[in-house]
Amino acid sequence: MDYFLELFLGGLTRGSIYALIALGYTMVYGIIELINFAHGEVYMIGAFTALIVASVLSLMGMSGFSLLILAGLIAVIYASAYGYTIEKVAYKPLRQAPRLSPLISAIGMSIFLQNYVLLSQTSDFLSFPALIEEFEFMEPVSHIMRSSELVIVLTTAVVTALLTLFIKFSRIGKAMRATAQDKTMAMLLGVNVNRVISVTFIIGSGLAAVGGVLISSHIGQINFYIGFIAGIKAFTAAVLGGIGSIPGAVLGGLVLGWTESFATGYVSSDYEDVFAFGLLVFILIFRPAGILGRTTSEKV
Amino acid sequence: MATQWKPLIEKITSELVKSLLVAAWFMFLTFPLMVIRVHPLERTIEWRWMNMIYVGVGSFFLSFIWRYLMERKDGGNSKEEGDTWQKRVGLRIRSDKRISLSGLIAIGIFIFIFPFIFSSYQTQIMITALMYVMLGLGLNIVVGLAGLLDLGYVAFYAVGAYCYALLNHHFGLSFWMALPLSGALAATFGILLGFPVLRLRGDYLAIVTLGFGEIIRLILENWNEFSFGPSGIAGISRPGFFGMELSLQEHTVYLYFIMIMLVVLTVLVVSRLRNSRIGRAWIALREDEVACQAMGIDKTKTKLTAFALGATWAGLVGCIFAAKTTFINPASFTFMESAMILSIVVLGGMGSIVGVILGAFVLILLPEYLRAFSEYRMLAFGAAMVIIMVFRPQGIITGIRQRYEFHRNTQKGKAR
Repeated sequence: MDYFLELFLGGLTRGSIYALIALGYTMVYGIIELINFAHGEVYMIGAFTALIVASVLSLMGMSGFSLLILAGLIAVIYASAYGYTIEKVAYKPLRQAPRLSPLISAIGMSIFLQNYVLLSQTSDFLSFPALIEEFEFMEPVSHIMRSSELVIVLTTAVVTALLTLFIKFSRIGKAMRATAQDKTMAMLLGVNVNRVISVTFIIGSGLAAVGGVLISSHIGQINFYIGFIAGIKAFTAAVLGGIGSIPGAVLGGLVLGWTESFATGYVSSDYEDVFAFGLLVFILIFRPAGILGRTTSEKV
Repeated sequence: MATQWKPLIEKITSELVKSLLVAAWFMFLTFPLMVIRVHPLERTIEWRWMNMIYVGVGSFFLSFIWRYLMERKDGGNSKEEGDTWQKRVGLRIRSDKRISLSGLIAIGIFIFIFPFIFSSYQTQIMITALMYVMLGLGLNIVVGLAGLLDLGYVAFYAVGAYCYALLNHHFGLSFWMALPLSGALAATFGILLGFPVLRLRGDYLAIVTLGFGEIIRLILENWNEFSFGPSGIAGISRPGFFGMELSLQEHTVYLYFIMIMLVVLTVLVVSRLRNSRIGRAWIALREDEVACQAMGIDKTKTKLTAFALGATWAGLVGCIFAAKTTFINPASFTFMESAMILSIVVLGGMGSIVGVILGAFVLILLPEYLRAFSEYRMLAFGAAMVIIMVFRPQGIITGIRQRYEFHRNTQKGKAR
């Protein structure tokens, strides 16, 4: 039973990170119907920025909670700036192009960013400082759950709740939903669609950076390639839950996290990624719209 | 006099300010990654301020070019597709028998004497380039003609390579026996992959094929009993030449001619396929799936043939790859390889045979001869993919569409 609980909590942590990244995918897809391949790279850049900032600050003598907040904040700002710029350079000129063009442009952007980090930093694994320090909490649970895992799960819950409220009630959130429904109509009603898309990219990238900082601090090492696999898996999570839906992304992330965790725990750890991709293929065959997605009939 | 210059000066200042802002933005954006370099073990920080200056100056000038190209592109769109010089030259080469024939003969002679006038090393590079030509042409069937974005193409390449390597290792099968088997096995895998993804639209398809490619690689890496895991298979025999013993150099030349033969075969088959019933069905499917079905084209069959035929070429090239390097391991079949083949197709021009050949030569040969910049190769690939998509989505060479023209006096359709 303890083993099961351990796997369950491990899957929960992992799934929370997938959910954080998947939110960015799902929001962008909901609005411009594009798989933002470079999203995983934004997550990686967020983690790298946090590593660099944290190293510089800790050499200056800063430590503890304030270091985590400051490094995280700067990482989020930078990741958002990258997300914004990527959209302006690689996707905006292709708004009217056939569907394949922005997708290929996105893959190009992803390769470019990976190699940009590879060349400007290093190809080796860098050890990431444990920004989240161990602390005491509930006695029975703390035996099987590290405090960084608790922080990850709680952060995801809070961020998702805030995002849901933001999209539901804020002005720009309403504009986002309108744009997702019908871009032309939203434009006619005075929604600044370009700004909505920019804001979507900024928020999505910021969330990815939060995920990047948390998971890197938990695992303890990063390299330039972490974004690729994480991006693919997060996309899998978004598709699993039903792309375009925010609760779907979270649910998909958790399902994927648990699948991986239990499959590696009970079957074999070598085939971790095979299970993730296998699940994706399986879901797409039997329920292409995802768990929470609605099947829409195609208009001709 | 002063009033005359005023708009021009204003324009120049506004452009300068724009570029300065862009430069400042990119300097801000690249600051932590480009300037600061942390050495965690020694606990030191390296500040590389020169990089910031490079980025600033570079983005300042690039932003001018970017805006200029953007303006030209926007202006070009309004213009009706006129007789551009590329089109005229293309048509002239196609229509004038003398030019095309003499050109073909010259290329043929050059190809024939190439391995004898250049070194063995050059021939090796040429073989690699030709392999990518074949891979590009194969992927071109799936992506360029049928419009199905396949990001896991390298999986079929791996299937072909492992097919020959394993058959050779266990049963001592020769290259010529394994070659058709590799192609057939890859085609089978193409159909196997094709079935589940038939219902998926463009971008879902892309991600599932990517996942499929990764699954194949991970299985090869982890299933040690079957594929010998990450250490790979060594000592694969080279293609035999009627039982004769060949030296290494002769083998290279021999392989070169095998490659040339196969590329010619590929070009012939692909160009014939494009104008066949099934090829037209692919193009129709790419343009509009619903209309295509309404015209009575079997969507399932058409898509599956595209997958199977595309995969066949990858399987054949995989077999050759195993024979060329005599050693394979799963590290040769990563997603980057798929991305590379895809960028060959995209850069060259989706759907165009000449474009794909040109794209393969540019992407394989340029980095070979620009060794100094080889570490920037993937960076340049990524950038090129974005830039080509933004400014020239049709690639270097546009695929010439079959067009029917009706002439009043003859009342006969003439294909062009």
